[in-house]
Amino acid sequence: MSITVSNISKSYKNVKALQNISFEVKPGELFGLIGPDGAGKTTLFRVLTTLLVANEGSATVAGFDVVEEYKNIRNSVGYMPGKFSLYQDLTVEENLNFFATIFGTTIEENYDLIKDIYVQIEPFKDRRAGKLSGGMKQKLALCCALIHKPKVLFLDEPTTGVDPVSRKEFWEMLKRLQQKDITILVSTPYMDEAALCDRIALIQDGKILEIDTPKAIVKHYPKQIYNVRATNMYQLIYSLKKYEHNHSVYPFGEVVHYTDSRTDFNPKDLKLYLESNDLNNVEIEKTVATIEDTFMELAK
Amino acid sequence: MNNNKVIQVEGLTKMFGDFTAVNAITFEVEKGEIFGFLGANGAGKTTAMKMLIGISKPTSGEANVAGFDVFTHAEDIKKNIGYMSQKFALYDDLTVKENITFFGGIYGLSRKIIKEKSDVLIAELGLEKVANQLVGSLPLGWKQKLSFSVSLLHDPKIVFLDEPTGGVDPITRRQFWEMIYKASNQGTTVFVTTHYMDEAEYCDRVSIMVNGKIEALDTPKKLKKQFNAATMNDVFLKLARG
Repeated sequence: MSITVSNISKSYKNVKALQNISFEVKPGELFGLIGPDGAGKTTLFRVLTTLLVANEGSATVAGFDVVEEYKNIRNSVGYMPGKFSLYQDLTVEENLNFFATIFGTTIEENYDLIKDIYVQIEPFKDRRAGKLSGGMKQKLALCCALIHKPKVLFLDEPTTGVDPVSRKEFWEMLKRLQQKDITILVSTPYMDEAALCDRIALIQDGKILEIDTPKAIVKHYPKQIYNVRATNMYQLIYSLKKYEHNHSVYPFGEVVHYTDSRTDFNPKDLKLYLESNDLNNVEIEKTVATIEDTFMELAK
Repeated sequence: MNNNKVIQVEGLTKMFGDFTAVNAITFEVEKGEIFGFLGANGAGKTTAMKMLIGISKPTSGEANVAGFDVFTHAEDIKKNIGYMSQKFALYDDLTVKENITFFGGIYGLSRKIIKEKSDVLIAELGLEKVANQLVGSLPLGWKQKLSFSVSLLHDPKIVFLDEPTGGVDPITRRQFWEMIYKASNQGTTVFVTTHYMDEAEYCDRVSIMVNGKIEALDTPKKLKKQFNAATMNDVFLKLARG
């Protein structure tokens, strides 16, 4: 296993940041930690990258214990923190050189690994890191995390605040890195990115809600979900929440995802109810669960 | 001005030296509409919004917001709009009540009205137990809901939301959108800038900026049809990648 986490707990004063977390990541796997701000994702990254000691439990990374063998881990992993942590006053090239030197290597030695990414920022190699755009900073940070050819790569919310085009490019880069035998643990608050991972752990309030492949997780959703539309969204949500048989009512863009508490639910009854509440153009159709539906059902 | 058009923009342009950040954009937003203002990093969203809220003077073009001209009546615009951003929302070292009082004062409301509004708002959000706690100690989702309510304190005609729901858990996000629908239903126009395409799906109409220009503007449904895409994310990728 590239990463093993066994019964890890960590508290800050009276905040339980991690509560009895256990999971494993296989070599070469792209594993996603999916959860909102405050779920405990960053605390877990800090424990695994040996920057923080857990209160309970044990963990290994690349075969090394996070407490006993922390120095070996630091040589074997790359870590891209959520907050941009490179030297703003150094240029692109100076930053990269700095990180290579610290790890006793050179840019040339592992250039192959970062080439795809580095060529995109190379035209700006004399620019100070602090003056780069968000997308370029992210690419430089990834290069710096990779320059010593780590076995395991930790990426804490690499796509937060990044536009959809850069996000897509970033995930394409991760897929290519994975083919170079690097194990990747990545966290994100965006449920739509979950589908791009091999396996995911859904995490909230320091607890893991579920671990599985993205496909299996949506398959486990216990109910039939219906898309409900009507002309007035506000009235629609209000009426659905008032409906005595509702199990869940969640707006999803231009539709509402509705589940019913009864086993013999007939959408026609719901349509009649909504129409009797002065809603127009009511449409109800079956739909399939998304990761977000599953997350909300588990977090309820 | 047509009373139903609370934002009217024509040929609005902003240049910084030789660089055209916003290039002759034209659009209108109606009363009570939820309008999504999208674009990639650096597309010109923030510059455009700064002109609309009266804190940046356009180079050329015309814009009327909440009944006031951005060139001549920028101060009146500021009094008639609400603003909420994820980056700056409330003061962490003031309590819930103190924040409400502070912003109510900024918007020029009387003590009596602030007191009334404060009680209603705290009850609606279920914040009675934490009303005297520092905002910094509240979960992010609560802060955002509070921040949105505070931006509506002075009953603005339009509220501008700058990337409002990033990072929040999915249930809280939906409660947030339900608040937006409620405000819109009561006639408040909601102008949302975001680069999260799933937020775009909630809007009545959406505009997408690419390199300073508005390249698409319609309902999410029609945009998806126009670009033959399943989601707004796909629409965006097709537009921005060309």
